[in-house]
Amino acid sequence: MTQDTQLNTWEVFMQARSGANYIHAGSVHAADGEMALQNARDTYTRRGEGTSIWVVPTSAIVASNPDEQDMFFDPANDKIYRMPTFYTMPEGAKAI
Amino acid sequence: MQVADSVKDQLLRHFEEKIDKGDAIEPRDRMPDAYRKHLIRQMSQHAHSEVIGMQPEGNWITRAPSLRARQILLAKIQDEGGHGLYLYSAAETLGISRDEMIKQLHTGKAKYSNIFNYPALTWADIGAIGWLVDGAAIVNQVSLQRTSYGPYSRAMVRICKEESFHQRQGYEIMARMMAGTADQRAMAQDAMNRWWWPSLMMFGPHDSDSPHSGDAFRWKIKRHSNDELRQKFIDKTVQQAEVIGLTIPDQDLKWNEAKRGYDHGTINWEEFYQVIGGNGPCNQQRMDHHKQVHEEGAWVREAAAAYAKKKQEKLLNH
Repeated sequence: MTQDTQLNTWEVFMQARSGANYIHAGSVHAADGEMALQNARDTYTRRGEGTSIWVVPTSAIVASNPDEQDMFFDPANDKIYRMPTFYTMPEGAKAI
Repeated sequence: MQVADSVKDQLLRHFEEKIDKGDAIEPRDRMPDAYRKHLIRQMSQHAHSEVIGMQPEGNWITRAPSLRARQILLAKIQDEGGHGLYLYSAAETLGISRDEMIKQLHTGKAKYSNIFNYPALTWADIGAIGWLVDGAAIVNQVSLQRTSYGPYSRAMVRICKEESFHQRQGYEIMARMMAGTADQRAMAQDAMNRWWWPSLMMFGPHDSDSPHSGDAFRWKIKRHSNDELRQKFIDKTVQQAEVIGLTIPDQDLKWNEAKRGYDHGTINWEEFYQVIGGNGPCNQQRMDHHKQVHEEGAWVREAAAAYAKKKQEKLLNH
């Protein structure tokens, strides 16, 4: 049996309609970006689910560490004044 | 040693707290080896089933009775290949490569659903497969949409959206044959007779004999038991059979008012274990075919890799 290769993996991000965020859909195997795009189209948009696709080599993704999640996101936790509901509006003020 | 154990206990406790809270587990989260192993086994088996499941239907592409039927069948089979890819992709997030999963399939270490070791003998079988086999798979997959491993759950949501077309196209084939000639009706009933019991076996052994259930439930990989899912499938399928005039090939099938569901006859588990053990009508054929196609396709993967390498080198030399 010959040495088998399933080619590298690429992460697929899809935009469902123009103006929307790109959302992670899954991954595909491909030799290069062009093939990754075609494979992503065939795999993830058989029913018009996408208007645009990004593919990124899986090895290029940098992810936060779940073990450090609390510490990592801690700086945002005590700043409730970033929320609009933190503020008291004068009685009767409209459209604010 | 004791220190190591207590760290391990702590990690397990942390993991189980997350599961109890209903949080999803993501690829980079710490998870017990047994959880990872269970998922790899289950998800790769699921992926292999989608891919092997293309074979009994593929046989009918050139024999479909109309252009419409042929287009639909092609689209359905393409979906099955796509579902296999979603699941391989999700399983790869656990650290196993697709290459390794395919090797495990070829060496017999990994299994695929038993149902695909039965042959599709007539066009009515294509109807029965879509309606009953995909119908049973949907019941299982709807439940798995809430499985605890994030990538698996997301793949299931995507698959469930696509599967209902599969079941409906199968039921339509059966309905049309039942509205046809006496020969067509007999053919549909014959397919029903052959696929009913293997479809019930798809849910696996009775809860009392199911070897993998304990951890799977505690860690919310599985949300419903084999018997619960089987019951759900029977209860919704009996009515569909009646509507088009098909008879369920089970003399002991009867409505049980107390449990608001049907009681069914004894499943032939001897047959189930025979087929799992490799003695089904098509085990050899399915595996041989998969190996052959995989080997014959090797040059495509090699050519793609060589082309990408050449392009890369060109880029570097400029």
